[in-house]
Amino acid sequence: MLDDKDRIFTNLYGLHDPGLEAAKKRGAWNGTAEFMALGDDWIVTQIKESGLRGRGGAGFPTGLKWSFMPKEVGDRPHYLVVNADESEPGTCKDRDLMRHDPHLLIEGCLIASFAMRANACYIYLRGEYIDERIALQKAIDEAYAAGHIGKNACGSGYDFDLYLHHGAGAYICGEETALLESLEGKKGQPRLKPPFPANAGLYGCPTTVNNVESIAVTPTILRRGSGWFSSFGRPGNVGTKVFCISGHVNTPCNVEEEMSIPLKTLIEKHAGGVVGGWDNLKAIIPGGSSVPCLPRDICDTVLMDFDALKEHRSGLGTAAVIVMDQSTDMVRAIMRLAYFYKHESCGQCTPCREGTGWMWRVLTRMCEGKAEMAEIDMLLDVSQEIEGHTICALGDAAAWPVQGLIRHFRHEIEDKITSYRADKSVHAVAAE
Amino acid sequence: MSDQLRKVNVDGKEIEVPGHYTLMQACEEAGAEIPRFCYHERLSVAGNCRMCLVEWVGAPKPMASCAMSVNDLRPNRDGTPANIRTDSATVKKAREGVMEFLLINHPLDCPICDQGGECDLQDQAVAYGRSRTRYDEGKRAVDEKNMGPLVKTNMTRCIQCTRCVRFISEVAGVEELGLVNRGESAEITTYLQANLTSELSGNVIDLCPVGALTSRPYAFNARPWELRKTESVDVMDAVGSNIRVDARGAEVMRILPRNHDDVNEEWISDKTRFVWDGLKRQRLDKPYVRDNGKLREASWGEALDMVATRLKGDPERIAAIAGDLCDMESMKALKDLMGSLGVSSMDCRNDGATIGGQGREGYLFNSGIAGIDEADAILLVGCNPRMEAPIINARIRGAWLNGDAQIAMIGEAADLTYPYEHLGNDPAALTALAKKRGGFAKTLRDAKRPMVIIGMGALARPDGAQVMRAAGELAAKLGVVREDWNGFNVLHTAAARVGGLDIGFIPHNGGRDLAGILDGATKGEVDTVYLLGADEIDMNALGDAFVIYQGSHGDAGAHRADVILPGAAYTEKNALYTNTEGRMQDGLRAVFPKGDAREDWTIIRALSDHVDSRTLPYDDVETLRSTIRRPDAQAFDPAKLGEEGTMADVPFASPIRDYYLTNPIARASAIMAECAANVLGVREAAE
Repeated sequence: MLDDKDRIFTNLYGLHDPGLEAAKKRGAWNGTAEFMALGDDWIVTQIKESGLRGRGGAGFPTGLKWSFMPKEVGDRPHYLVVNADESEPGTCKDRDLMRHDPHLLIEGCLIASFAMRANACYIYLRGEYIDERIALQKAIDEAYAAGHIGKNACGSGYDFDLYLHHGAGAYICGEETALLESLEGKKGQPRLKPPFPANAGLYGCPTTVNNVESIAVTPTILRRGSGWFSSFGRPGNVGTKVFCISGHVNTPCNVEEEMSIPLKTLIEKHAGGVVGGWDNLKAIIPGGSSVPCLPRDICDTVLMDFDALKEHRSGLGTAAVIVMDQSTDMVRAIMRLAYFYKHESCGQCTPCREGTGWMWRVLTRMCEGKAEMAEIDMLLDVSQEIEGHTICALGDAAAWPVQGLIRHFRHEIEDKITSYRADKSVHAVAAE
Repeated sequence: MSDQLRKVNVDGKEIEVPGHYTLMQACEEAGAEIPRFCYHERLSVAGNCRMCLVEWVGAPKPMASCAMSVNDLRPNRDGTPANIRTDSATVKKAREGVMEFLLINHPLDCPICDQGGECDLQDQAVAYGRSRTRYDEGKRAVDEKNMGPLVKTNMTRCIQCTRCVRFISEVAGVEELGLVNRGESAEITTYLQANLTSELSGNVIDLCPVGALTSRPYAFNARPWELRKTESVDVMDAVGSNIRVDARGAEVMRILPRNHDDVNEEWISDKTRFVWDGLKRQRLDKPYVRDNGKLREASWGEALDMVATRLKGDPERIAAIAGDLCDMESMKALKDLMGSLGVSSMDCRNDGATIGGQGREGYLFNSGIAGIDEADAILLVGCNPRMEAPIINARIRGAWLNGDAQIAMIGEAADLTYPYEHLGNDPAALTALAKKRGGFAKTLRDAKRPMVIIGMGALARPDGAQVMRAAGELAAKLGVVREDWNGFNVLHTAAARVGGLDIGFIPHNGGRDLAGILDGATKGEVDTVYLLGADEIDMNALGDAFVIYQGSHGDAGAHRADVILPGAAYTEKNALYTNTEGRMQDGLRAVFPKGDAREDWTIIRALSDHVDSRTLPYDDVETLRSTIRRPDAQAFDPAKLGEEGTMADVPFASPIRDYYLTNPIARASAIMAECAANVLGVREAAE
């Protein structure tokens, strides 16, 4: 359990003023210039030592990612791009950070940009986030006016510009290279990798793309020390993390907790427990819609971190916990997610363009039981033909929920098919 | 780009390839075949079809081999070269999966699809697909799109490989095709369904790996296996594009490009591709003679006798003009016949250009078409390559796009699909540039591979010789011609021109040139004119002269003629053509000449029998060809080209006003007429 004194996002619920002065009282912008005076290498080392892993879903070590940027700025400028295109169903952590604690993000942008010798930073904000745009832009303007960013940011001698870019509401633009395409004014379609953004990113220049939360926690890590941050959680899965708990719980919420907290504790302590009690639980999607769901017996004991969830063939993802109780029709639930991925596929590469629609159609029939038993294995096979064969991870994201469904709730599909048939044969007999 | 050799192990076979090779190239080097749809050697890499997946042993996912380079591979932990598998179960399953996905929404209407028999999807489905489908849902249907009179669409068949989009935006240089919408709803379309305006649009038909984009004029006409394929050379412009003529029976059914890296790569212009219906219309299939002002059919004997009688007259009063599409054999035979008669008035420059007679390099595209790839500064003088030679224009665009070539133009401003600095319209701009120290003069001087391309818009005018001198002097001054590089290039518009100049089909011994012949005919000093396929001259200027027209189509020349000798079109004879860069190429006969028409050199050979004791000394084409020799090499000094003198204060203008209607075959073509009407419509709408 995380103590209040160890929270990074002290205004997560918007109980206090998000403005510059109030944020400063909560600790933001404290010592920024001093950290910068210690040099870019020092900052990267601190982040590496803190064990921070990317909070956007893939969990790639943030410090390591930063160290991939070229050591010297050559004839191409460097860029930091902050991925604020938070669109994963179930996820709403960055939204609250940007609304209520925007100065931590802005300070993080400055520190991360400085550490990577970036000439400018872009925040790519989800199209639907109108309030967040207003809040964030206001905070950016305040920071400029106070001299924290802009020319000679914080008096460090480093010139830093921060731009807020508003997307147009496409899920795929949350994929880092599609985001860069969109930021360049093109159609949001993922790029082939390699080359990776650290080599050729925005406008072909070295670029690092980080999640909002990854950037927003860095100033506090520097202030309180990498050792403090890594004291939470299990080795390899350290730090604090904002969890988004939604679905069949009594009090859905965002909450900052330490990593590796047991899933059951997280829900019971912060979300008021599952509606109707823990025994009423059917399944939990632990990390946003794209990771496979977990049945109750796993939820009983699983820890909320990258490695523990991976052991159970799921993932921490964005740590968006979607709770489903016994009233949930699992096939329908996953069918709805399949529809989402079909709708959001960019259509560039074959397996995702064609496969997402196929899976959705089969699942739609399965909801009513209008399917053959053999089609369950076929559906699994189709999902495996998509997984790993696409340009970006959207193909995987579309395949995993379906695989989770078949892995843990195959019997529900079979029941539907059986009862549909029984129903039909009853009618057939009656018609005679 | 590191060219260091790297070792890589493909299917257990260790090979060494340059590091910049893609995995696909490396696999092919090792003899493994990689299926692909979206990848094309001459377009950017899209990596979206996912058909070319291969396994890198140790990597979590299969790799798109078209997009990954050998340099991106790491050696194995033990230091042995990375292992690539193209024959593993993973790869087989990946290919089957992709193939299945491509087919689930494909209509499988092969029996009514024009691509049938030459369809990548068909072939690869057989080789790499499963034998049956597991897809029971409804299939997607997509509305057809309008892309103009040449490209027929059936977008339900589209597999979204985006080859067409990449070709149109990268090579053709017009941003008119795109992939709109997302996911399953993604569709290829033109902007607001407007016609494609590129002169290279037909190439998307060849690029399309399925039957989504097919040839509209050729629709439902034939199956590929019914066609007799003949490798030949195009005559629509002076590029000499390599083509394949597909014929069935006596009919040319379609024309496709052949690959020639140094000439047309694998593209051809729309005029080259779609002119074939002009080969069926307005044909001269019988000899005609004029009787009481009206043409009537005649026998070969009668027509040839009538011509022979005229040719026996005073050689001072006889002249010959060769047209734009003539092959070298017929020009050589006619020159020899005229020479034996003592006729010295002859000209193959029927646009009046003052070139030739000053060494071969004075009228050639000296750097070669492939030389454009290396050029880093290009000055266009009095030419519009987009209209005069679309293939060369695409090459210039490539030099700009891939090599950052700087381009400037003196002449009529036009949309050439790449940006250029417009230095002026008229000869004065040429003089001004020669006097400059900075600006584009400096760019040319500092360039490693500078190039001046001078077109017929600058040379086919009364002061052409003086313009040539001014351009030559400029080229000499700015170092365009160097020991290892000759960037002084003449861009011709006619397929016959360089051949004619090589043969020497120009006036000699004081004979008249084109202007002289026309002037003489008007004044009555020339009373017999032999037109060898010459249709582009001013027929009114021929006055009362007796006109002999030998050619394939009933166009301006035939209308004016007193005797018509029906010849063969370029698809109907074995003939030699020399393109603008001086490359002699072999055209082969795909079908026989129409009706009583004959191959052109044989007509002249037969005619020589009718003119007493003038029999030409060759009975077969090989003997005739052995008499064709290139002019001897001379020392080349561009500053001595043309003539000294003042240039007129008249702007340069490209000789091509209507791209689709430049020659008798194109003017007989209904498809070309439709294209021309479209362009006119667009032009009028814009005005």
